[in-house]
Amino acid sequence: MIPELGHFVLIIALVLAIIQGTLPLIGAHRGNVALMALARPTAQGQFVFIAIAFGCLAWSFLVNDFSVENVARNSFSQLPEVYRITATWGSHEGSLLLWVLMLAFWTMAVSVFSRHLPDDMVARVIGVMGLISVGFLAFLLLTSNPFDRLLPPAPDGRDMNPLLQDWGMIIHPPMLYMGYVGFAVAFAFAIAALISGKLDAAWARWSRPWTTVAWAFLTLGIALGSWWAYRELGWGGWWFWDPTENASFMPWLAGTALIHSLAVTEKRGAFKAWTVLLALTAFSLSLLGTFLVRSGVLSSVHAFATDPTRGAFILGFLAVVIGGSLVLFAWRAPKMLTGGSFNWFSREAMLLANNVILLAAMGSVLLGTLYPLFMDALGLGKISVGPPYFNAVFVPVMAPALFLMGIGPLARWRDASLPDLFTRLKWALAVAVATGLLLPLTLDGFNPWATLGFALAAWILLTVLIGFRERMRNGARLASLPRAFWGMQMAHMGLALGVAGITLVANYEQERDVRMNIGDHTTLAGYTFTFKGTTERPGPNYRAARGTIEVSKGGKTLYVLHPEKRIYNASGMAMTEAAVRYSLTSDLYVALGEPLDETAKAWAVRVYHKPFINWLWIGALFLVVGGFLAASDRRYRIAVKKLEAPAGAAAQGA
Amino acid sequence: MKRWIPLLVFAVLVAFFAKGLFLNPREVPSPFIGKPAPAFTLPVVGEAERTFSPADMKGKVWVMNVWAPWCVSCRQEHPVLMALAQSQPVPIVGLNWKDKDREAAALLERHGSPYVAVPDDLDGKVGIDYGVTGTPETYIIDQAGIVRLKHVGPIDPDTWKSKFEPKLKELGA
Repeated sequence: MIPELGHFVLIIALVLAIIQGTLPLIGAHRGNVALMALARPTAQGQFVFIAIAFGCLAWSFLVNDFSVENVARNSFSQLPEVYRITATWGSHEGSLLLWVLMLAFWTMAVSVFSRHLPDDMVARVIGVMGLISVGFLAFLLLTSNPFDRLLPPAPDGRDMNPLLQDWGMIIHPPMLYMGYVGFAVAFAFAIAALISGKLDAAWARWSRPWTTVAWAFLTLGIALGSWWAYRELGWGGWWFWDPTENASFMPWLAGTALIHSLAVTEKRGAFKAWTVLLALTAFSLSLLGTFLVRSGVLSSVHAFATDPTRGAFILGFLAVVIGGSLVLFAWRAPKMLTGGSFNWFSREAMLLANNVILLAAMGSVLLGTLYPLFMDALGLGKISVGPPYFNAVFVPVMAPALFLMGIGPLARWRDASLPDLFTRLKWALAVAVATGLLLPLTLDGFNPWATLGFALAAWILLTVLIGFRERMRNGARLASLPRAFWGMQMAHMGLALGVAGITLVANYEQERDVRMNIGDHTTLAGYTFTFKGTTERPGPNYRAARGTIEVSKGGKTLYVLHPEKRIYNASGMAMTEAAVRYSLTSDLYVALGEPLDETAKAWAVRVYHKPFINWLWIGALFLVVGGFLAASDRRYRIAVKKLEAPAGAAAQGA
Repeated sequence: MKRWIPLLVFAVLVAFFAKGLFLNPREVPSPFIGKPAPAFTLPVVGEAERTFSPADMKGKVWVMNVWAPWCVSCRQEHPVLMALAQSQPVPIVGLNWKDKDREAAALLERHGSPYVAVPDDLDGKVGIDYGVTGTPETYIIDQAGIVRLKHVGPIDPDTWKSKFEPKLKELGA
């Protein structure tokens, strides 16, 4: 009964979404208050029903109801309980249900935190989100029903993909989807503003916190995905430029550009058309990512099961949503008056340059991701584009953006003075260049890439510190600085940490692939790794060969690591479980390869020394915290009161 | 005109995606298509005295299915092959690839064999000659011993209908 209940409430949710996506929009157009008032209750009702549907699916997984096809395909009776719940979103159907749940959640959040917005704006924003929800719910019900029964029921499940049986995967998809779907709010605000023709600073101020929060979630999702890949794939890599990764990275780049462009629109009233276009782009790229991952047009390591009917449905939906929004943009854009003139050297100009660079970087990722598809479609052969292309193109494109990041926050709005900035920043510049040149010499000789990375990291860090010092010199205390400022500084500092970590790990990591018999040892980065053999260890739904490797330095045993090779019972899939010794300055990473003889005494063992790799994820955490801090700035709450009391309409400057 | 640019770019992308839906990125064209099937002579599983060689099939259109007892997708494919063996549109030879645990004979005994012969490629050398990257893979070889089609991944009734049947008809089998 439970699966049928889930199916049924999903249909109710679709009906509510159809009401939510039509009547409030008509009401806003005609000025009908009763119709506009439908927006909030339908949105909240939709969330409740989708949440029930999600609960029904989770329940079916939890109780091992193998008469549900989705459960039989993606779960297993021996699977530990926590993974049975996460298996709910491990499949195509389940993850899509999570997608609509997130969308309903964001819509509900808009309906709750929008008291200060004009009614027609709320009706339009929620209406647009309702339309998006209609598309996804229809997709779910028509092509990918997660509640389909399997008759006769399977005796047991086929098990969840062992790669996903990791706690990083428990929270990675929800965080990533919070980000993806969160851009729908910025999208809906942009569409609402285009329809109403009211594109002003107030519009930018309303969209800003939503966009920043969505971006912070997306950042967290991507970082968790990368961390998962590092620990779980057993190759010690943290980014593979795989189409699935690129699908999440492109909206991130567009979203980053959007955050900065919104700042200019809010503070200075400039770049209106550009900001709207970015808001449309960020969400369009989220949809595009969904299409690329699920339609099978690209070959990827971790794509979902592919099906051309589903692909055709999403493509049609994509064409309607993105195409429609771009037509609306082209039609309405000329009406947007751009205010706030600025000089070529000003904070606006820097932010514009940063935007252009971020979009160029996004374009290069898009091109690389789709290139195999273009070639194939034109009959020019099958090719694949790999990390060499992306590294060669992406790094040089992003370097100037990182440099500008140091100047932008310190430059004046409208008209900045170059000599003045130079005086303020000359020491930072000198120290950054010196760090870049000298640091590699102390490691292993001159290396242009390391120089570039270190110089940029130092430059960003120093300019962030200068930002603090200048504020303090003007009499501000650290604690009284606005959260928006703290958020920006945190995020920029996070990027500096990340750049430093990437530079170190990319240029100075060491690895060794060796055949090891019991008692054999190998040395790497001053550590001696001694192989003590493997033992059999049964897991809940797998059998494992558990290796023991002693790490010593100068004859003293420091750590004992236990990498595993697991064979999963249901699927027969072999999995490498790397053992990692984490520390702030370097990771020691050991993975078991294949047994090399019949008795499984000798193994292929991979050993890595990864200096400062954790800075990458610490940096990402800074970005996330920075995003949340900035979104919680007092200004957004004060603006509420200001709007309610029309007397004080002065813009808040932070 | 400038404001229409994003829409134009998007329209071009959609056209490519629409085309892309009908292409399979995993399907790499085999260099063996149109070339003679590599020759080999291997012992046959379960029949101690018999050996198999592609030359034995001269004059017939036949299908070679590369499988292994340890391969899960091959088990998924097995009932489809059994049904085909029943209706007998074409003889199927099952190259037993890298069966180190020697399980093939017992497995076919238990679940039935769709094959007219099961050459035993223990060290996987024949598989290498045919460019096998993973099991299951299936080839159509014509009367003159020329490879006409290669399919990667398990066969289901749909792929058999859409891919194999037209090719077999064309070859007059």
